[in-house]
Amino acid sequence: MSDQATTHEKYYVPEKSSMAVFATIGLIMSTFGAATAMNQATFGDGEASFTTMYIGLCIFAAVLFSWFRITIKENLAGMNSVQLKKSYVIGMFWFIFSEVMFFAAFFGALFYVRTLSGPWLAGEGEGGAWNHLLWEGFQYSWPMMQTPQEAVGGVSNQVMANMGTFTSAHKSMAFAEVDAWYKWLPMWNTIILLTSSGTVHIAHEGLLSGNKSRFNLWLGITVGLGVIFVGLQMLEYYEAYAHFGLTLNSGVYGSTFFMLTGFHGFHVLMGTFMLGVQLVRSLKAGHFTSDDHFGFEASSWYWHFVDVVWVGLFLFVYIL
Amino acid sequence: MGDHHHGPAQGLSRWLFTTNHKDIGTMYLWFSFAMFILGGAFAMIIRAELFQPGMQLVEPAFFNQMTTLHGLIMVFGAIMPSFVGLANWMIPMMIGAPDMALPRMNNWSFWILPPAFLILASTLFMEGGAPAFGWTFYAPLSTTYAPPSVTYFIFSIHVLGLSSIMGSINIIATVMNMRAPGMTYMKMPLFVWTWLITAFLLVAVMPVLAGAVTMMLMDIHFGTSFFSAAGGGDPVLFQHVFWFFGHPEVYIIILPAFGVVSQIIPAFSRKPLFGYASMVYATAAIAFLSFIVWAHHMYTVGMPIAGELFFMYATMLIAVPTGVKVFNWITTMWRGSMSFETPMLFSIGFLVLFTIGGFTGLMLSIAPADFQYHDSYFVVAHFHYVMVAGAVFSMTAAVYYWLPKWCGRMYNETMGKTHFWISFIGFNVTFFPQHFVGLAGMPRRIPDYALQFADFNMMSSIGAFIYGASQIMFLYNVIATIVAGKPTSDEKVWDGAEGLEWTVATPAPYHTFETPPAVR
Repeated sequence: MSDQATTHEKYYVPEKSSMAVFATIGLIMSTFGAATAMNQATFGDGEASFTTMYIGLCIFAAVLFSWFRITIKENLAGMNSVQLKKSYVIGMFWFIFSEVMFFAAFFGALFYVRTLSGPWLAGEGEGGAWNHLLWEGFQYSWPMMQTPQEAVGGVSNQVMANMGTFTSAHKSMAFAEVDAWYKWLPMWNTIILLTSSGTVHIAHEGLLSGNKSRFNLWLGITVGLGVIFVGLQMLEYYEAYAHFGLTLNSGVYGSTFFMLTGFHGFHVLMGTFMLGVQLVRSLKAGHFTSDDHFGFEASSWYWHFVDVVWVGLFLFVYIL
Repeated sequence: MGDHHHGPAQGLSRWLFTTNHKDIGTMYLWFSFAMFILGGAFAMIIRAELFQPGMQLVEPAFFNQMTTLHGLIMVFGAIMPSFVGLANWMIPMMIGAPDMALPRMNNWSFWILPPAFLILASTLFMEGGAPAFGWTFYAPLSTTYAPPSVTYFIFSIHVLGLSSIMGSINIIATVMNMRAPGMTYMKMPLFVWTWLITAFLLVAVMPVLAGAVTMMLMDIHFGTSFFSAAGGGDPVLFQHVFWFFGHPEVYIIILPAFGVVSQIIPAFSRKPLFGYASMVYATAAIAFLSFIVWAHHMYTVGMPIAGELFFMYATMLIAVPTGVKVFNWITTMWRGSMSFETPMLFSIGFLVLFTIGGFTGLMLSIAPADFQYHDSYFVVAHFHYVMVAGAVFSMTAAVYYWLPKWCGRMYNETMGKTHFWISFIGFNVTFFPQHFVGLAGMPRRIPDYALQFADFNMMSSIGAFIYGASQIMFLYNVIATIVAGKPTSDEKVWDGAEGLEWTVATPAPYHTFETPPAVR
């Protein structure tokens, strides 16, 4: 029972905390504000006002800042037992798992459209019996360069009601120009993100061996790579909208493309920010030792997760 | 900070700022009861409208809002939070932990619930009315044809999901990390086991629900076409994503109920639970199967025959582990020294009625037969046998069972038993006739119906009013117990009860197991 005694030293339970209530105010203001603004933009005739949402987000950010600050202080004060730290590890693991399942919903939608409902719309298989009544002339291909709506000649010729017009892109994001392969941004993004998983690992090794300057250097490189990735992704979106005609309105190809890459890009931004915070903590406050660096470790797990999602994206959104 | 803990703070700040699992559990329980009353009031409006054929009291549009909000509030506001509240109260006490693993997050996951439901309920007063597309919010009803309030609905679902995910992560961390020395996994009370598995399910599927409502949001406001065939999407895609969440969701609701009953039946049979290990494996098997059966809700949307067959056989498999459970509960009672206090009555009521609901579920799982049953009142009867007689009865049993431990006072047994019998009769009068009208062809979610269904519907409505009224008696009994019940200080309120929660003082002190107990 000797090891039981060490893992069951006193578990720190904070007496009380006002952060939950303020976080709730921030969260509810931002969601309510977002809903109101979206409704004003879509259904209303007035100008959409995002003020409530922005105030809510500011409150929320401030609460998160102080929440993490308090947690870090408690840890530095030695209040966190081995057992408590394990709770954080478990919490982070299952949080990442929930994120995986969030992406699974969108990947699932992509696979469903590509293997089942897309061909059915074009009249193939058991599901295609109504093609000649609804979407006569629609041919399925992926990337989908002509929506069923366009195939029948626009909204006015359409049997089904819908949410507006869907205009296809004239160029997809798939790999096309063999001669100019070096201009294909997704390839560079893949190289950057895979490299960054390696650099964050080198940083971790450096920390484990007690080499803080190596840690800082390679963590800094990782953050830099993250920023470059987000920059290239923004460039790609600009190209899509400005030159390819690929928008959120481009039918289901545009929907899946932007939602998958968009949520991934947002997660990269989050991960870069998280790693950046750890870098600042290490540089400015001298945090992290070789045996106590969970803030960094959790951020690096998150980073690896974002990397794995990108590999799935690269395969199923860009290549296959 | 002091090294020893004090009692609760005074006033409102105790509840707003608390990190105590018992306070948070209490708030969850009261909140879910309030939602139970609200969702129940909506149900009463539905049954009043259906008391007689023809349009009686409300407009059809309002009727649809009532069915929608009744379902959403009962599932997300009443049943789920009530079991989370129970988990908060009981899991630390059952495994010998000082509190939940992440106490501050625990408080947050509660406090985002009330405003989220406030937003959801406030849609009733918005222009265009509340969501009226059913609790399953199928596209395109919930996208192309939705009222503007759908946006608020979407964001409240996001917030509820966040709450559930945080609550589940907390439960997983607590169970995995906070067990007292010697409390191995296979010694955990079954309630803890069922909640651990439920929490895994929640973390796996709530994000998928978030994905579904996000796709709706994008379709409505940002021009995407996930659920619009004109853009190459598919409305049926919504149903797939929704039910990939929705089917595990119904097990999320029922598994903790299994856990509660597995605590109570042994206590009042004065025998250990029969087949403990098989109960654990059956729970895990049900959880696994819940991920591969979702399309049995969609037999009639036009799936390929291979899909129909796969989902039919996979669904039927669920009957096996469920049968194991029912067998074990009955065998636990076999030759037990049984007594029939209120918790036991509700547990036996659960067992009988849940089994009926399970059998009608088996009928519905047969794809060719389901073409007849689909979207009829037979389905309504089936899931109310599982949701009400399953989840709500077991939750009621849990409250009667642990209430003396929580507040150190005994409830009024006569009133408890009366509550049981009125509930039991009221419930069956409400829902048993719905099997018949359903098989005879009455569709669900309609404010008016053909004349041949009139008698059974009137019976149903009378039963619903009886069942609804019996909950007032429940509320009265609980409040009367807390305020003026007969004090008890027995650590073990029930002589047959086993488990760590019965080793602490009664009423349970504000902090329990600050040093972990030794478990042999």
